[in-house]
Amino acid sequence: MSDVTVSEPQVDTSGRPTGRLLEVDNLRVEFRTRDGVAKVINGVTYHVDAGETLAVLGESGSGKSVTAQTIMGILDTPPGFVTGGEIRFQGRDMLAMSAEERRRIRGEGIAMVFQDALSALNPVFNVGFQIGEQFRVRRGMSRADAKKRAIEMLDLVKIPNAKQRVNEYPHQFSGGMRQRVMIAMSLALDPQVLIADEPTTALDVTVQAQIMDLLAELQRERQMGLILITHDLGVVADVADRIAVMYAGRIVEEADVHELYAKPAHPYTIGLLESIPRIDEKGQQLRTIRGLPPSLLKIPSGCPFHPRCPMAQPVCVEKVPPLLQLGPTRASACHFAEELVSRD
Amino acid sequence: MSDPTMGSMVTPPAEQPTVPATTVAPDAGTPRRKEKPRGLLGDAWYDLRRKPLFWISTAFILLFVLMAAFPSLFTSVDPSHGELSRSRVEPSANGWFGYDVQGRDVYARVIHGAEASIVVAVLATIGTVLLGGTIGMLAGYRGGWVDAILSRVADVFFGIPFVLGAIVILFALNPPGSTRDKYSIMGIVVASLVILTWPVSMRIMRSAVLSTKEADYIVAARAMGAGPGRIILKHLLPNCLAPVLVYSTILIGSFIGAEATLSFLGVGLKSPVVSWGIMINEAQQFIRVSPFLLLFPAGFLVVAVLSFVMLGETVREALDPKLR
Repeated sequence: MSDVTVSEPQVDTSGRPTGRLLEVDNLRVEFRTRDGVAKVINGVTYHVDAGETLAVLGESGSGKSVTAQTIMGILDTPPGFVTGGEIRFQGRDMLAMSAEERRRIRGEGIAMVFQDALSALNPVFNVGFQIGEQFRVRRGMSRADAKKRAIEMLDLVKIPNAKQRVNEYPHQFSGGMRQRVMIAMSLALDPQVLIADEPTTALDVTVQAQIMDLLAELQRERQMGLILITHDLGVVADVADRIAVMYAGRIVEEADVHELYAKPAHPYTIGLLESIPRIDEKGQQLRTIRGLPPSLLKIPSGCPFHPRCPMAQPVCVEKVPPLLQLGPTRASACHFAEELVSRD
Repeated sequence: MSDPTMGSMVTPPAEQPTVPATTVAPDAGTPRRKEKPRGLLGDAWYDLRRKPLFWISTAFILLFVLMAAFPSLFTSVDPSHGELSRSRVEPSANGWFGYDVQGRDVYARVIHGAEASIVVAVLATIGTVLLGGTIGMLAGYRGGWVDAILSRVADVFFGIPFVLGAIVILFALNPPGSTRDKYSIMGIVVASLVILTWPVSMRIMRSAVLSTKEADYIVAARAMGAGPGRIILKHLLPNCLAPVLVYSTILIGSFIGAEATLSFLGVGLKSPVVSWGIMINEAQQFIRVSPFLLLFPAGFLVVAVLSFVMLGETVREALDPKLR
């Protein structure tokens, strides 16, 4: 991704633009806190195309959610400030747009599914009213029409008995059903990009799988670009096309999903993959990545991962490794990426 | 969480405007609610209609309002006509509630007193909630320097002792011996009550907004492209209304009392105007020899306050879907 190409949005026969839908280019965000400036995002670059699923992987505090918030324009300012970079939606820089223009993209161009659907749904309105609100306000529909469309949306996300449940309130839904409502709401205006910020973290494992399947299915049907933010390697394996691994506000590795699982090109990714519990290693201690993620107020010099890296060399302390293109679809920010890929 | 309909619901492509086949199918069971779409208030009303407490309190409030508006429906006796010969005569068939120390009919006075008490209390409460609520919403939502300035202004008003502040305001605008009529005095009393008590409802609203503002559903509304006006009116307000509403029902009661206090101090309403507060104050000297003088106005006061509190409680419950 070192070659920055501003692609013109092309339009295929279905009327949907193809190509680079959403590009985040060298984005920098810092949080100005009382204790100092926390550099939360340090030059993140990724993109998502129509009909593609990009998984953004990283542990807590790696900046994956903040990137999403910045794209949606819901970053809390202060303390958060964008200090550099561009976010291009269909080739146009959103950070340079007026507030009104950006507001119009929200919901119709880019929508977001939140982690905890219970707190992301307004407790005082029934779900039909909440989903319908978008049709009423953005499409000028009448209440009755908006409700009909809300029932359709609930059907779309496979909520049984949608016609009755449309009158119920968020607290009357189970966790999985609630997340379906959230997805229905975010898809109401038929957005081209959907950002799902840890959509299954608050759910139990069986429901997780259902929600991921639903998201994948809707993404295929609507040819959306899906950005799936998660810390769960198991969740992304089946669903994602590409994976971007984040660490300390940087992309440390980006690769096709199969390549990444087969041959990780960054020690951090290797650590993540090794720390997945395995059924054939019964009775042994779980492997972990030693140490803690760095404080964003004091990011280590050079490669931010070097204090925890099993293969750190003196060069890692001095030089920040750039995100090196290793092939057509993969890149890694490690001084020894090529060695890692070539060894077997 | 097993989903039996999953297989059957094959969803159509998004662009297709037709309704999926599954939704056209008529309802198997009888719908629990009418199919007319309702908003927050519609749902609240649907809920309220089935609560006996709501109807009881509403009936009482309507009765008091009727008393205030048309006292002649209830009594034809002049409340200020006194005959000293029947001073402190106990309740009887002639005078249901007895006669006060000046020999005036207590029943007539209680009926006529409703107007001043109810009007002052209700208007002052509405004014307090509107003024304090608006300023609190603004302070909480905007935050930063707007919040700092508005909060300090509220602190200044909050710091003025209520009785002292009211005496100063009313003494300046309504000195003893002034010839203002009943309604302009009531207006001044209402204004002074509002000015001195709005900081409380402002603080309640502000803290409710502060905690609600950070909620995910407000962020989600922003992420779906809602503007600030829509967020404040449609998403913040319904979630912040309950505590202010509860406070305001209690406020009505304390305002009836406050009006009485100010009347007692000679800066509020004055005889020959009748109010429950004036009657209670007049009765307190005879509490041991003629307790009925206190009993009847105080009883009406208690029932009125209780009705407003109960109404507020049922409305609050109706506005909160979790209590349904």
